[in-house]
Amino acid sequence: MSGAPVEHGYTHEQICIPENLIYQRPGTLLEQEFHYCPGCGHSTAHKIFMEVVEEMGLEGEVIGVAPVGCSVFAYHYLNVDMQQAAHGRACAVATGIKRMLPDKIVFTYQGDGDLAAIGTAETIHAANRGENFLAIFINNGIYGMTSGQMAPTTLPGMVTTTSPFGRDTKTQGHPLKIGELLALLPGVAYVTRQAVDIPKNIRKAKKALQKALEYQKKGLGFCLVEIVSNCPSNWKMTPLESNKFVEEKMIPFYPLGDIKVPQEEKK
Amino acid sequence: MGEIKLMKGNEALSEAMIRAGCDAYFGYPITPQSEVLEYLAREATNRTGMVILQAESEVAAINMIYGAAGCGKRVMTTSSSPGISLMQEGLSYIASAELPCVLANVNRGGPGLGTIQPAQGDYNQAVKGGGHGDYQLLVLAPCSVQEMVDFVKLGFELAEKYRGPVMILTDGAIGQMMEKVELFDQMPRKTDVPDWATTGRKKGQDRTYITSLFIEPEVMEKVNLKLQAKYKQMRETEVRYQTLNLDDAEYIFTGYGLGARICMKAMEIGREKGYKIGMIRPITLFPFPVDLYASIAPKVKAILDVELNAGQMVQDVILSTMGKTRVEFYGRMGGIIPEPEEILEYFEKQIIGGAK
Repeated sequence: MSGAPVEHGYTHEQICIPENLIYQRPGTLLEQEFHYCPGCGHSTAHKIFMEVVEEMGLEGEVIGVAPVGCSVFAYHYLNVDMQQAAHGRACAVATGIKRMLPDKIVFTYQGDGDLAAIGTAETIHAANRGENFLAIFINNGIYGMTSGQMAPTTLPGMVTTTSPFGRDTKTQGHPLKIGELLALLPGVAYVTRQAVDIPKNIRKAKKALQKALEYQKKGLGFCLVEIVSNCPSNWKMTPLESNKFVEEKMIPFYPLGDIKVPQEEKK
Repeated sequence: MGEIKLMKGNEALSEAMIRAGCDAYFGYPITPQSEVLEYLAREATNRTGMVILQAESEVAAINMIYGAAGCGKRVMTTSSSPGISLMQEGLSYIASAELPCVLANVNRGGPGLGTIQPAQGDYNQAVKGGGHGDYQLLVLAPCSVQEMVDFVKLGFELAEKYRGPVMILTDGAIGQMMEKVELFDQMPRKTDVPDWATTGRKKGQDRTYITSLFIEPEVMEKVNLKLQAKYKQMRETEVRYQTLNLDDAEYIFTGYGLGARICMKAMEIGREKGYKIGMIRPITLFPFPVDLYASIAPKVKAILDVELNAGQMVQDVILSTMGKTRVEFYGRMGGIIPEPEEILEYFEKQIIGGAK
């Protein structure tokens, strides 16, 4: 490709000049191909969060926690200090980090099984203590890494490998809206639910992540940014179909927007 | 000479933690060791700024330890048998991620919820690896309140030297009893940050990450070999034990911690009666003093191992002596503490009587 004239008569070298640069990978993301499936929301969530970290100049201040789930390898991509954690224990590990280094910016990056099933106790108690860190919560209603089992957030009637006839709420319980639950706790500063299915929502999600880090810098307490996402592979859909499912099924059940904002933000 | 005090085992352990410059303690109440969290909550933060946090569970506590140790800090937790069981997952991760930390198990009677009385039923869990995978804890077994103090300091040194978890395996009796202790002077909090710690990426440097996940078998095997090399080095250089009256000994009493302490008294009574009894007390349960037992075995008529369990360390004694002498076991369980007299009675009946 390099050097060969293209249709409009410009060469690759003529196009790729600093003046023409409108987008590039943030320095906080390593030059490493994502292992995530095509169309998966993790890649977008990683990117916007790392853009926020870079734009706020926090790359030297941030310490992240990646527990078990598809994003357990997040430290392969995020060019910041990271700790991998046991399944569900991210909020306990983050508590340990933040209590030792209160001036650093600490975040967890957890899936729905991690944060809202096996790690529910750690999540609720870290939130209730008002631990001053950010939990990024990727909700795609399914266990991705173990290939498609029911999650605490699986929608009623939704087919997974362990709810093959659709989630029956009578025997398999109801989807857990953990954001709403956490918002009740006085230690929690900020709870918001966002999505990464369309550009408008991606921009809003990025803004929410930025706010959460600002609140952490101010020491306001626990912040949860839930990101409603997709899982094309395990939903057995194309990326486009999966984003349509997010829009038509997931978001109506998990409505987007702020669930709790800090007192000082309220008029 | 350091400050001399009359202290309860659990409180002496806590005081030693503060004096060792420990940065944080994360724990959850459980009998018979709740005094640790209580003492620290009262004493620690005001004196050294140490972080004290009552976690929501032992599961959370050990993972807080993981996070804090990953920042290069000196951290410790304590619990008792059921709580230590809950920490096993975390310990496996900590060993794999090579994070230094100290924990104490104030052993109570089990299995299950068991009893709050002292026991030694957790030897196998501590020494053979209670969590998943090939890893070891370096295990120190105090038999006095003084050693509760000394082994906290030693524990941190060994944890940091080998980058791994060190367990102080004690029990409800040593945790609860009061004895005279000599305390070491207050040490400063650690200021150096090891290069593997996550403290925020330095400008122009690579990020640091801590993990126990090595998905490629070739890499995972290398990590395992590295851990095994560490354990080999421990076996070669960290074996600690106490011996008494070995020179003329025809019989050996052995045991660890509280069991050893009772054996010492039984040995004294036996010697008064004319039996030439010596004593071996392993201080490190891993690494185990294999060579010592192997060398003494051909020289003695029998070894009597006494434990407050169904016979756990005795398996290591049998392995170490390789059939070169007779090994007998006497144990009580469920929180019953054997009397020195009953040990000697068993010795006379089974070993002296049985030898005829």
